[in-house]
Amino acid sequence: MNIEIALTVNGETVRETVEPRTSLADLLRDRLRLTGTHLGCEMGSCGACLVMLDGAPVHACLVLAVQADGQKVETIEGLNESGHVSDLQAQFHDRNALQCGFCTNGMVMSAQALLSDNPRPSRAEIRDALSGNYCRCTGYEAIVDAIAATADRRAGIGETVE
Amino acid sequence: MTAGNEHIGQAHRRGNALRHLAGRGRFVTDLALPRMLHAAFVRSPMARGRIAELDVSDAAAAPGVVRVFTAETLNKTCAPWTGTLEHFAGMKSAPQNILAEGAVLWAGHPVTMILAHSRAEAEDACELVLLDIEEEEAVVDGDAALLDGAAPASEGIDSNLCFRTVLETPGLDDAFASAAHVVEESFTFGRHTAVTLEPRAVIADFDPSTGQLTVHQGTQTPYQFQDVYARHFGLPESKVRVIAPDVGGSFGMKLHVYNEEMATVAASLTLGRPVRFVADRLESFVSDIHARDHRVTARMAVDAAGTILAMDVDDMTQIGAFSTYPRTSVAEGNQVIRLMGAPYRMPDYRGRLSVVFQNKVQTSQYRAVGHPIACAVTEALVDRAAEQLDLDPFEIRARNLVADDAYPHVSATGYQFEKLSHQTSLAKLRQLMDYDTLRSEQAELRRQGIYRGIGIAPFVEITNPGAAFYGVGGARISAQDGAVVRLTPGGDVQCAISVTEQGQGTETIIAQIVADQLGVTPDQVKVTTGDTDTTPSGGATWACRGAGIGGETALRAGRRLQAQILAIAGAVLQADPATLALAGGAVIDSGTGRERITLAEIGRIATYRPDTLPEGCDNSLSAVQHFAPTGYPFDFTNGIQASHVEVDIETGVTRLLKHWVVEDCGRIINPLLVDEQIRGGVVQGLGPAFFEECLYDDMGQMTNASLADYLVPMAGEMPDIEIAHVETPTLDTILGAKGVGEAGTAAAGAAAMNAVNDALRPLGARISQTPMTPLRILTALGHV
Amino acid sequence: MKSPKFDYVRAGSVADAMTAYAEADGDAVFVSGGHSVVPSLALRLQAPALMIDLSAIEALSGIDLRDGWLRIGAMTRHAQAMTDPLIATHAPLFAAAAPFVAHPAIRNRGTLGGSLAHADPASEFPAAALAMRAELEIASAQGIRRVPADDFFVDIYETAIEPGEVLQAIHVPCAVAGQMVAFDEIARRRGDYAMVGAAVQAVSAGEGLQDVSIAMFSVGNRPVRAASAQVALTGRALDAPAIAAAQAALADDLDPPDDPQFPASMRLHLARVLLGRVLAKLETAA
Repeated sequence: MNIEIALTVNGETVRETVEPRTSLADLLRDRLRLTGTHLGCEMGSCGACLVMLDGAPVHACLVLAVQADGQKVETIEGLNESGHVSDLQAQFHDRNALQCGFCTNGMVMSAQALLSDNPRPSRAEIRDALSGNYCRCTGYEAIVDAIAATADRRAGIGETVE
Repeated sequence: MTAGNEHIGQAHRRGNALRHLAGRGRFVTDLALPRMLHAAFVRSPMARGRIAELDVSDAAAAPGVVRVFTAETLNKTCAPWTGTLEHFAGMKSAPQNILAEGAVLWAGHPVTMILAHSRAEAEDACELVLLDIEEEEAVVDGDAALLDGAAPASEGIDSNLCFRTVLETPGLDDAFASAAHVVEESFTFGRHTAVTLEPRAVIADFDPSTGQLTVHQGTQTPYQFQDVYARHFGLPESKVRVIAPDVGGSFGMKLHVYNEEMATVAASLTLGRPVRFVADRLESFVSDIHARDHRVTARMAVDAAGTILAMDVDDMTQIGAFSTYPRTSVAEGNQVIRLMGAPYRMPDYRGRLSVVFQNKVQTSQYRAVGHPIACAVTEALVDRAAEQLDLDPFEIRARNLVADDAYPHVSATGYQFEKLSHQTSLAKLRQLMDYDTLRSEQAELRRQGIYRGIGIAPFVEITNPGAAFYGVGGARISAQDGAVVRLTPGGDVQCAISVTEQGQGTETIIAQIVADQLGVTPDQVKVTTGDTDTTPSGGATWACRGAGIGGETALRAGRRLQAQILAIAGAVLQADPATLALAGGAVIDSGTGRERITLAEIGRIATYRPDTLPEGCDNSLSAVQHFAPTGYPFDFTNGIQASHVEVDIETGVTRLLKHWVVEDCGRIINPLLVDEQIRGGVVQGLGPAFFEECLYDDMGQMTNASLADYLVPMAGEMPDIEIAHVETPTLDTILGAKGVGEAGTAAAGAAAMNAVNDALRPLGARISQTPMTPLRILTALGHV
Repeated sequence: MKSPKFDYVRAGSVADAMTAYAEADGDAVFVSGGHSVVPSLALRLQAPALMIDLSAIEALSGIDLRDGWLRIGAMTRHAQAMTDPLIATHAPLFAAAAPFVAHPAIRNRGTLGGSLAHADPASEFPAAALAMRAELEIASAQGIRRVPADDFFVDIYETAIEPGEVLQAIHVPCAVAGQMVAFDEIARRRGDYAMVGAAVQAVSAGEGLQDVSIAMFSVGNRPVRAASAQVALTGRALDAPAIAAAQAALADDLDPPDDPQFPASMRLHLARVLLGRVLAKLETAA
């Protein structure tokens, strides 16, 4: 069976016919070619596939495309173009908070969600919020630093970027 | 003239990081080619057995399936490969081919390859393959594997001993006989694996009309694979192009030859269309190489003053049914026994190594090959000796580390050290971590029933290998790297280089180095890597050679081009090139600093008006340079790490409070990248120290082969890591960089094990097995 | 790791869902958040002909007070359990357990009903439901029934929900004066399934602890009520001897599985340690 779905992806209405078994991640990557959403485990453990679904991060590997019918999806490509995470991106860049870049999409999603729920998180709260985002390269500290610095700047503290 | 150092040493940010932050990475997993087929494999569910029946007819008829291959139809396209090298005298391993023929030799051994229009359809068809295996007893334990009468783990070998070697100094027995104290311990280092976040990925694209094979592969070593595919599939090297675009982590894991990649190439050659294989995470765990899996018994002799006299080490390591190709599975054990005691003046040594076959996933080189084991064993024994002598861990190390002015120095195992900085690093660490305060805090907290521990671990790290690693053993693994640096007609700079980028910042440091030779900014240097058609040939990125060898190659290429540009400028300006220099994107007068002519103008003249240049003036605007180290067979870096932990003695859970590293990687090209390499490396050392382990049952089944069950280190458990540097450049190169990629991993686990044992010491408990799980700690404490 | 093929229907009502299940002859799976079902499909551990999506059914949503009980719709997301004021007041163990459940993104999608129906013995919400003496509202073709949590959890991944039935809501008795709760677990990493976990609820009355309810998880094939430990505490002041008695009593309550990677003796040891710590937190909370 194939099902026709319509969803909003990065502000654009998308109509696709999918097998029910198709994950949202596979829809985004294989059909829409939004390859910034990565697959690292396909079982909700690594966080590389996070997307915003109706404004909150979810694992695109655990959501079926048919379940996202009628909903709003925002991927890293959309978040990037919206400019809403440009400060986070700048801090990640300044602190080299990524190496291979495969986890980065998920890190940005988790960070953005954290900072909208808790604008002034402690380092422990940042680490906790990243507890489902696996990074093999960095050692995490630079990512924590980048998120903490973004929080500071969004709160008007420490305007200068070193 | 010499170039400036405006950019070398600066914390330049990575330009390519911006692509990833924008979701514009280009990984092999992202690539889709026209007519591409997707591969899935039917794998052996058993560790050892014989294929009694294999029927693929239903699978071949399944929706979306284009072709099903078995050993019978696929293996004949490929010359078998054997993972032995001549310099490991007497080593053996059976030849391998793509799909299991007759025998299955580990749980996960691929038996059938299915190609379909989608991965989902290929997986559907896998379920339709009838595979009947007569199970045989698997070889799962290395010690049992060596007993007389043990069944061999693979076909065509007469015993499970892959390799054995002994190193011994003449004075060993006397050293132990004369020792005031001998400390001894047995260690077990768990098997773990790389878990790159992007799994292994390959797309092979053979075009029969031109005979051209293009392989898009997530690898560190494109040239090595070009050679492998050309030789094993009988293709001219020029008809094999390997492209490694963005690679989602590698850490040594993606430079080995795997059945699935060979199958993907073979299938594309057979079908004449692109074939894609991307390991899913379950497949990664049963096919990516594993690492470590060592059992070590070691003793150390010290005199009454705490001077280390000798070590005696026996290492048994378990490598799977085959030695990996083309680097073997012997290299890790070989480094384990040669790195023991390396930071110390220790004059005598015996190291015995047994490398053993078993029916598990192959083990091979992964980040910091052998280092974590040698370091943990050495440093655990040093701490035990200190305990016996009632010496502080810093004091016993101060008494034994090779003095900073005592170089060159040769270790008891024969390693040659050009110049290291152990004593300076030790002193710097003590200050960095505020050791004395931590010790008094520890004592205070113990009175409150809180058990904190402090552990330190000096280390050396092998870097910048020449041909000594593999080439001398007959492996076609390049010891040299190559670079082509060009000035474009518009005055920009391009550098194509054989070292590769997996996020560590290779392209950024190459740009910095070239920029300094040509008087431009790194932003003006476009660096190309990872493509055998567009970069010169070379060994690429492994064993920490990107900065030391790749960087030196780029430097020398840059200087060649610099000389050419100055010669052209001299001709144009009617000036002696020796009076000219490059800076600010222009040729300047080296005396006054005054700009004489821009690089853009040089590019314009050389390209569009070469008729205005004197006869014979080299106007190629390009320079090629290949470089291989010719001094020491490989370099060593050094450093020291410290770990601060709190052990919950009721639950066995260890909290990592803080980690410190003092590191001497020689010349630092980019401190931002160096620190991130160290931090990432530390976490890859702490992971297996506390969490990561490939668990097998006694039938040879890996029982935690998913990312829900195999515990990788996550942000919530990892500590902040403070880093300081000592800078002792190597004099073997102009650049002086030694490399840094594996330093963090080399000693993090050793420091952590010493810290845990320091915490447990008042309770009379010790642990000498990794990972240091709650179960093992509770067992040591007698709670289980 | 691609799921096998299945058909899909998004049910508009519980009745529609049950009809779809019957029409598929039971070869169907209900899905709410999908965070247990979807990975098990990707692992090809099951291959239903039909997936019935419950997430659009309005009757499964909502949190409200009814007759001295808090009714929590089965579709309530884990993340809501952390922020909803009614849950904080009347089902505080759900609120206390939620931060331990996996990771933020999982909690945005996973549902309380899905977690209880999945009945993973290492999972947090089933134990919290047991400790709060919740009742589970199950719809079947015959009508609606409420099953006490003590009778709901049957075995590993097995509950009182019969094939084709739908868990509609969780009912939690409203909080009473003096009620105290505490929740904790010991895990290898943040968000991992617990090695051992404990959810405790009790009422502090003048004559000592009353209505003591202790649910341990990750100690057997389902969340386990520590009945002997409850008895050991009932009527006593929450002091060190009482806590020690409760810890000792756990040996009668628990019969943990034995595994080379996780011996029964270790689970029992950790259960005792954790119970002591959780009870100490209960004391503090009071």
